[in-house]
Amino acid sequence: MANRELKREYLLHLADNALILGQRNAEWCGLGPVLEEDMAMANNSLDHIGQARLLYQYVAELDGDGSTEDTYAYFRGEQQFRNYVLNELPHHEQISSYASKDKDYSFTIVRNFLYSALMVLLWNELRSSNDERLAAIADKSLKEAQYHLRHARNWLIRFGDGTELSHQKAQNALDHLYGYTQEFWSDSEIERFAEESGLGVHPSRVKEEWEKLVSEVVEEATLTLPELPEKGYVTQGKEQIHSEAMGPLLAEMQYITRMHPDGNW
Amino acid sequence: MEIGDAMSADIIEIEQLKAADPDIAAIWQLLEAVKDPEIPVVSLRELGILRDIYREEDYFVVVITPTYSGCPAMRQIEDDVKAKLEKHNYPAKVKMQLAPAWTTDWMTESGKEALREYGIAPPHTVQKSEQPLHFIREPFKKEHVPCPLCGSENTIVTSQFGSTACKALYRCLDCKEPFDYFKPY
Repeated sequence: MANRELKREYLLHLADNALILGQRNAEWCGLGPVLEEDMAMANNSLDHIGQARLLYQYVAELDGDGSTEDTYAYFRGEQQFRNYVLNELPHHEQISSYASKDKDYSFTIVRNFLYSALMVLLWNELRSSNDERLAAIADKSLKEAQYHLRHARNWLIRFGDGTELSHQKAQNALDHLYGYTQEFWSDSEIERFAEESGLGVHPSRVKEEWEKLVSEVVEEATLTLPELPEKGYVTQGKEQIHSEAMGPLLAEMQYITRMHPDGNW
Repeated sequence: MEIGDAMSADIIEIEQLKAADPDIAAIWQLLEAVKDPEIPVVSLRELGILRDIYREEDYFVVVITPTYSGCPAMRQIEDDVKAKLEKHNYPAKVKMQLAPAWTTDWMTESGKEALREYGIAPPHTVQKSEQPLHFIREPFKKEHVPCPLCGSENTIVTSQFGSTACKALYRCLDCKEPFDYFKPY
């Protein structure tokens, strides 16, 4: 890929992560386990979708072909998205797409914790991007990610160190989701470019700090980090290879816009 | 005096502005009437959203900065500014400026006072730290948020996320009333 293309794809990767998790967390809107958490997740989604918009608007200007932020959110297919697989997973153990299962809030909290811990560190690094616009977006997003991390961390500790049932559910979610975080550190062409050009950073740079934070909080929550197999499969969402959860998510998110492509309100 | 400095002053130095450019002074004054759509007691200037006003060719540029990334009020604010200036025959464009990122530290003292009177506890100064994880590692550190209704400091957080992105929910343990706290950002 040419440098211009690499930059665009890197920005889309950051935007897609935010949009897809924003869409997932919005599923709690009106269905939260308690009113305060319902509002917390709506706020969390609003922040993520806002971050995605700022990045998509930037890409639209770079592309300069009449694309708008909506083009990227609503008119790309599964194989064009570059979000981590972690962010697209449902709020429960993965089961066949056609089956349904109640959402489990411990999955929501564990995922938000693992991802926002990364993003606090990553946005902080991106504030020093040599791209002024990305640095400005990072500056705003960091403030929001800090609130997300604080929220998820508090709940994780409360779940883990709570009742027998809440502990068991949190441990189950952690066991299930932790392996997906390995995608944060795997190599990719877009992140190598970001690191080398000074546009962004390769997340492996913050790996040590992330692991330290995560293990500290997990310990405080009286939970146990699962052992990962030495050569386990590492998901490749950022390389546009997604799980079976991605298609149905996009279908729900894009349906109205595709049904009425010129709709305006 | 630089025109742009006006935003940080609590009271606009209208006289000085008038001497520099009477039209720009008039626009600052006009925009005092444009309030945050969600909190209709504080002006955009008092919130620190209105950053600058300057001339370009044959129109005026009004610079505003977004608060939270996903705040749905931003579009409304942009429309309100345009409508206000159009009504007074000032050709204007609204420019959205991302950097430097908005912070609640830009809120003026009069803005904070207006919030308190409205029943929203105004934000504390942002705790600046070079270590971004510091923020989450001390989540239970007591933040004294005085109740805007009775003034008691005996308050407790109900939820870190409130009715809009910028607010947290609190409860006063003395007068028992729930209230919003404008979060430091």
